Amino acid sequence: MQLTLKIWRQSSAESTGFFEKYIVDNVTADMSFFEMLDMLNNDLIKQNKSPIVFDHDCREGICGTCGLVINGRAHGPLKGVTACQLHMRTFKNGETLTVEPWRAKSFKVIKDLAVDRQAFDKIMEAGGYISVKTGGAPDANAMPIFKENADEAFDSATCIGCGACVAACKNSSAMLFVGAKVNQYAQLPQGQVEHSKRVKNMVEAMDSAGFGNCTNTGACEAECPKEISISNIIKLNKEYLKFH
Amino acid sequence: MKSLDSKIPNGDLVSKWSQHKFNLNLVNPSNKKKYTVIVVGTGLAGASAAATMAELGYNVLAFSYHESPRRAHSIAAQGGINAAKNYQNDGDSVFRLFYDTIKGGDYRSREANVYRLAELSSNIIDQCAAQGVPFAREYGGHLANRSFGGAQVSRTFYARGQTGQQLLLGAYSALIRQMNLKTVKFFPRHEMLDLVTIDGHAKGIIARNLLTGDIQSYPANAVVLATGGYGNVFYLSTNAMASNVTASWRAHKKGALFANPCFTQIHPTCIPVSSNHQSKLTLMSESLRNDGRVWVPKKKNDLRDPNQISEEERDYYLERLYPSFGNLVPRDVASRRAKEMCDNGFGVGNTRLAVYLDFKDVIAKQGKNWVAEKYGNLFDMYHQITGESPYEKPMMIYPAVHYTMGGLWVDYNLMSNIPGLYVTGEANFSDHGANRLGASALMQGLADGYFILPYTIGDYLAKESSALNSTHEEYQNGVQFCNEQIKNMLSIKGNKTVDDLHKELGKIMWDYVGMSRNKSNLELALKQIPSIREDFWNNVNIPGTGKEFNPELEKAGRLADFIELGELMAKDALNREESCGGHFREEHQTDDNEAKRNDENYSFVAAWEYVKEKESIMHKEQLIFENVKLATRSYK
Ligand SMILES: Cc1cc2nc3c(=O)[nH]c(=O)nc-3n(C[C@H](O)[C@H](O)[C@H](O)COP(=O)(O)OP(=O)(O)OC[C@H]3O[C@@H](n4cnc5c(N)ncnc54)[C@H](O)[C@@H]3O)c2cc1C
Ligand code: SF4
Ligand code: FES
Repeated sequence: MQLTLKIWRQSSAESTGFFEKYIVDNVTADMSFFEMLDMLNNDLIKQNKSPIVFDHDCREGICGTCGLVINGRAHGPLKGVTACQLHMRTFKNGETLTVEPWRAKSFKVIKDLAVDRQAFDKIMEAGGYISVKTGGAPDANAMPIFKENADEAFDSATCIGCGACVAACKNSSAMLFVGAKVNQYAQLPQGQVEHSKRVKNMVEAMDSAGFGNCTNTGACEAECPKEISISNIIKLNKEYLKFH
Repeated sequence: MKSLDSKIPNGDLVSKWSQHKFNLNLVNPSNKKKYTVIVVGTGLAGASAAATMAELGYNVLAFSYHESPRRAHSIAAQGGINAAKNYQNDGDSVFRLFYDTIKGGDYRSREANVYRLAELSSNIIDQCAAQGVPFAREYGGHLANRSFGGAQVSRTFYARGQTGQQLLLGAYSALIRQMNLKTVKFFPRHEMLDLVTIDGHAKGIIARNLLTGDIQSYPANAVVLATGGYGNVFYLSTNAMASNVTASWRAHKKGALFANPCFTQIHPTCIPVSSNHQSKLTLMSESLRNDGRVWVPKKKNDLRDPNQISEEERDYYLERLYPSFGNLVPRDVASRRAKEMCDNGFGVGNTRLAVYLDFKDVIAKQGKNWVAEKYGNLFDMYHQITGESPYEKPMMIYPAVHYTMGGLWVDYNLMSNIPGLYVTGEANFSDHGANRLGASALMQGLADGYFILPYTIGDYLAKESSALNSTHEEYQNGVQFCNEQIKNMLSIKGNKTVDDLHKELGKIMWDYVGMSRNKSNLELALKQIPSIREDFWNNVNIPGTGKEFNPELEKAGRLADFIELGELMAKDALNREESCGGHFREEHQTDDNEAKRNDENYSFVAAWEYVKEKESIMHKEQLIFENVKLATRSYK
């Protein structure tokens, strides 16, 4: 099939970007979206043009490195699917696709479609851990945990830190990302000791990194490729209010 | 000939490690912060090591080409992590895990290392649970287990199909805690391009800031490489796109020995290649073989819909050939049998290079929900990639390159032959012999990082001065060397892209140095790889400059090293006149096509020394078995 791509090009954080149009031929249904971009890049290089920079690594939806907006949708049109897992059978011959980077104040564009998400690490540094030193742990079965809690902790912990929630949110809020981490630990007995400190510190770090507030639109949950539930935000709010 | 002292402590197997720990020198706690340790790589092996050494008080600098430690490829591990907890009371023990691992590795690993690994396995689970890793649990609240290949006990701990993710996020949490305490300085998007040695000791690295292109030297008292595996030498593998050998290879060129480079693991259950645009292969976890049954049609070239093929017309060949291990034979065995079935015309799918992995029986017995709870994410991933649902149709699978047992040579202390250079995780060669058992890489990476290296590195540092001479000419030389190499590559501006060349290399590696090897093919590889190298240095076209974010340039540097590594792999495979584990030489097989080892002549580690512009030299570390009897592996 043939597709028209309108891709955001921006040579650095400081420069202004623009859309450039590309026609790609010979796209097959079993190709992934990124394999289609690889093919385009290979051609661009051969024509001595600059290839399109996009972040990616595992290409199986788990590392959280990829992230781009396709036709206005973070990670593209499919629910629960990262951009790297998107296959071209999703699209139709002759379609035009607009491809843009995450757009959020706290995620600066590095080049083309790649953005800087270190603000997420800063939030995690503020409290996304249980303070346990290596070597001092008791036997893992010494502390039974209700399966329901363990499962809920797991569900929250599957966040891949991709930033789609921020990109999808009109306020660029990182509440889903923060809520997921806070709720993971909140479900576990090990997480209790530092709980209130964690909530406070992570929320403060989120604010100071410039992420916006949550106004309950639910775009984050809808676009999250790991289908992290918005109930994580409700719980985060509740926890935050409890201590303040 | 370099002396290859494995430094295995004396004493009986069971007490070696505890006795050794006692004998190791300690660095005075108040002196620790004067020592700078560089950790390159922040996957499971690197993040755990960096965090633990920082807890101990060392000044740690951690480097990764990723934007965050959480992106390392450890994140992609699916199935689980082994530990000899014996929570299932099914007869597991440290000795059994040790024995299974040695046997699984086809008797090409060190007894002492493997025993220590088995001994530490339980601590890892405790540590991770304390960090809040949400392992799967039973209704009673205790940890759940499942079985993996090469074992008859259930000792694999897991977090649905995302065990690596959860373990890495655990190690990442320990690391960011230290970053917050300013005991670790993290350099994201920085790629190590060279090792600096002064008077034969590792004294730092040269790294490039991938965003600005700036190349700088970073002095340190010791360097740890935790840079992962080199499966991408085959172009297509289950590794992440950026996984590469550069850190190890450049250290190799500075004198570090590369051990058993030809020991590659081909994983039996991956989604088959669909076209030549394919950029990577996706694993379907081995855990699926707990409940999925592998089969091919009994009739050759049977193109019917699998659901139309009756039970009588199916050959569940693993169950037939290996009644006691069945679908859970080790990876090398399962892969080779799948290839054999396809080579003999029983393959399925468009390319005929696939076999079925069928869940019909377990779905009928346990119900769809039960299956979804255990394997949901894998089934979804499969569906997403192939457009078919494994709930309705058997999966199609084929072997793919997955893991590299070979790596930089290290002694019992995880130190390479370059004093002060340590290597951990998949990057070293140490524990898996010629074939790694499933769920053992996560175990090894974390054992290295949390529990071994932090002790053993102290022994070296205690004897070293903490003073660093950052103006030493070796640092400037290193920076200059790396700058020049990049300038050279950029100036070629030929007519082939990095991907074009990488695909060519990959094809040679897969066809001639892949699942099944023979003398004439290996010799062919040794002829063809050098011409790819020529081609690269004359014809590669790298766009852009060295002073900007330039992923193509990064890929080019990595490919240059893969090409050289590929040649060494072929040489090593040619040299090893036996079949063992993942290294299958067609000339050496039993009557029923199993690998035939040659213990008399090849019970050694082949550690290769780089010699500039000359043939590499092989050094041998003889493997001595005092606690297990070498036997032909049998899973029948
Ligand atoms: C798909 C898949 C599934 C798997 N499933 C399992 C499983 O279920 N159980 C199991 O036990 N094992 C499994 N494995 C194997 C296991 O995941 C890996 O062997 C292990 O995670 C490797 O960890 P590591 O820390 O050594 O390397 P990685 O996690 O690969 O980390 C490498 C690190 O080094 C950095 N790096 C590399 N080179 C440089 C450089 N030059 N400069 C700067 N930084 C550099 C990277 O940025 C990264 O941080 C699986 C592997 C794959 C591919
Ligand atoms: S919550 Fe979802 S969208 Fe947000 S970072 Fe995590 S995985 Fe990505
Ligand atoms: S590339 Fe890893 S999640 Fe998309």
